[in-house]
Amino acid sequence: MSILVKNITKTFKNLTAVNNISFDVKEGELFGLIGPDGAGKTTIFRILTTLLFADKGEAIVADYDVVKDYKSIRNNVGYMPGKFSLYQDLTVEENLAFFATIFGTTIEKNYDLIKDIYIQIEPFKTRRAGKLSGGMKQKLALCCALIHKPKVLFLDEPTTGVDPVSRKEFWEMLKRLQKKGITILVSTPYMDEAALCDRIALIQDGKILEIDTPQEIVKHYPKKIYDVKTDNMYKLIECLNTYEHHYSVYPFGEFVHYTDKREDFNPKDLQLFLEEMGAVNITIQPTETTIEDTFMELAK
Amino acid sequence: MLPIIFVLPLIQLIILSNAATFEIKNIKFSYIDNDNTSFSRALINKFEASTYFNVVSNFSSEKIASASMLKGEVDVILEIPSHFERDLSKNKKTDLSVIINAIDGATAGVENVYINQIVQRFNKNAQAKLIQPSDIVNKPKNISTITSFWYNETLNYKTFMVPGILVLLVTMITLFLAGMNIVREKEVGTLEQINVTPIKKHQFIIGKLFPFWVIGMGLLTIGLIIAKVLFNVPIVGSIALMYLYNSIYILVILGMGLFISNFTDTQQQAMFISWFFVVIFILMSGLFTPIESMPKWAQNLTEFNPIKYFVEVMRMVMLKGADFNDILPQLIKTLGYAILMNGLAVWSYKKTT
Repeated sequence: MSILVKNITKTFKNLTAVNNISFDVKEGELFGLIGPDGAGKTTIFRILTTLLFADKGEAIVADYDVVKDYKSIRNNVGYMPGKFSLYQDLTVEENLAFFATIFGTTIEKNYDLIKDIYIQIEPFKTRRAGKLSGGMKQKLALCCALIHKPKVLFLDEPTTGVDPVSRKEFWEMLKRLQKKGITILVSTPYMDEAALCDRIALIQDGKILEIDTPQEIVKHYPKKIYDVKTDNMYKLIECLNTYEHHYSVYPFGEFVHYTDKREDFNPKDLQLFLEEMGAVNITIQPTETTIEDTFMELAK
Repeated sequence: MLPIIFVLPLIQLIILSNAATFEIKNIKFSYIDNDNTSFSRALINKFEASTYFNVVSNFSSEKIASASMLKGEVDVILEIPSHFERDLSKNKKTDLSVIINAIDGATAGVENVYINQIVQRFNKNAQAKLIQPSDIVNKPKNISTITSFWYNETLNYKTFMVPGILVLLVTMITLFLAGMNIVREKEVGTLEQINVTPIKKHQFIIGKLFPFWVIGMGLLTIGLIIAKVLFNVPIVGSIALMYLYNSIYILVILGMGLFISNFTDTQQQAMFISWFFVVIFILMSGLFTPIESMPKWAQNLTEFNPIKYFVEVMRMVMLKGADFNDILPQLIKTLGYAILMNGLAVWSYKKTT
């Protein structure tokens, strides 16, 4: 077991950021903490990286206790905080050399681990870190977090504020790192990224709603979801909410995700209802359940 | 940033040392001469001859003179009574009235001393002139004092101020830089990243402080060169001793800065608290006002003021040529202070929250 969290609770003044959370991450697993802002993801990260003491419960990272063996943990984990936190007035190369030195190693020693990522930013190695673009900053931060060959990698919202192409590249890098045997705990508010993890924990208000593989989590959704579309989105949501058999109505891109209370729901009934309400260009079609739907259902 | 750190303090040193003086010149002097004799004119001449006074006007009545002072046109009014010469030669006694604008008490005090000195000198000459040979027997013996100012013979204010202002600059720059430094890492977020590394507390703090220690020593060096070259301040004592003291003193200030930055979250907060201490330390350092004239409780407080010791040491070593044993008490107190402040700084810096 690479990470073991048992009944962790952390309270700030009168806000319970993390409430009796337990989960475990297997060795070499890519585990995702999925939840909205303020769900307590960062707090969990800070407890696991020994920056914060939990009020209750215990946690073990790479076989070390986060309170008793915090020094060993600092030697064995890589942490990339949500906010870019390398030295902005040092160059790319200097930052990397600096963190290598702090961990008592050199860039050359672990170059094979960061090579794939580093070659992408190498053309800019004499540029100051503060002057890099968002995606490149993340790549540099990842290099710095990997420079000492950590057993466990903590990535707190690594793709927030990064463009879609860089996001995709970033996740490909994570997959490659995972193959090298590094356990990765990653948090993200993006539900589409959740599907790329081996297992995910859905978190809200400091509580875990569900832990499972993305495929299983989707299967747990109890209803059949329909995409509904008319030429007036706002009016459509209003109408659906007045429909007596509606179970849930959420806007989802250009469609509205609609579920019905009845087991034997026939889309024709809804079509008739919407026509009665004066809607035009009605489309109703069944669709795949996504993690976002599951999350909305669980977070109800 | 580095040129700013060095250039600004030096400009301050040059400007402040020239400007911060207790000498008062160009006093706007006026008089009301009710006597109008050669004697009273001789007295006025004394004032005209002085470089401190500008005789601006001659009023005919006290009323006009008062109105003029109200407007701020004159600082001092000297009123010579009628029969000034007659009373002085006959009775050997007369009075002069002096009115001084005392909005600024310190200035007024100095002006009063200047006026008294002129009048007294005039008085002495007058006595010599007016005394009849027959009176000599009865004349009381005059005791006069001849003052000699040691360590600063010409009472040059720059000699006195430059070492003090140099101390201020070294203190201010190092305190502000150290105070803001770790806070800046907190603000930018780099501290979070550093805290998960295996770096040791003392390694981190030494790493943070050493550059500022070097800057502090550099400031002293440049300051001393300016003091010698530009102001020609005598450097009587050992320069090595000044560096020895300075090297310990900077540790106190850096420890203090670090301690402040451990308890603040933003650079503004750190700046605000640093200012608070710097202002108190400067005003209670004996640099601008003598510690001996402070109330007892304030004198006790100055015992905790590192700037006080540094000002003392700089003046002692530079002007008086004090040796190691002379500054040993200050040195020991400063060393104790340095250990205390840095101990507190290391203790209060936590890698976990």
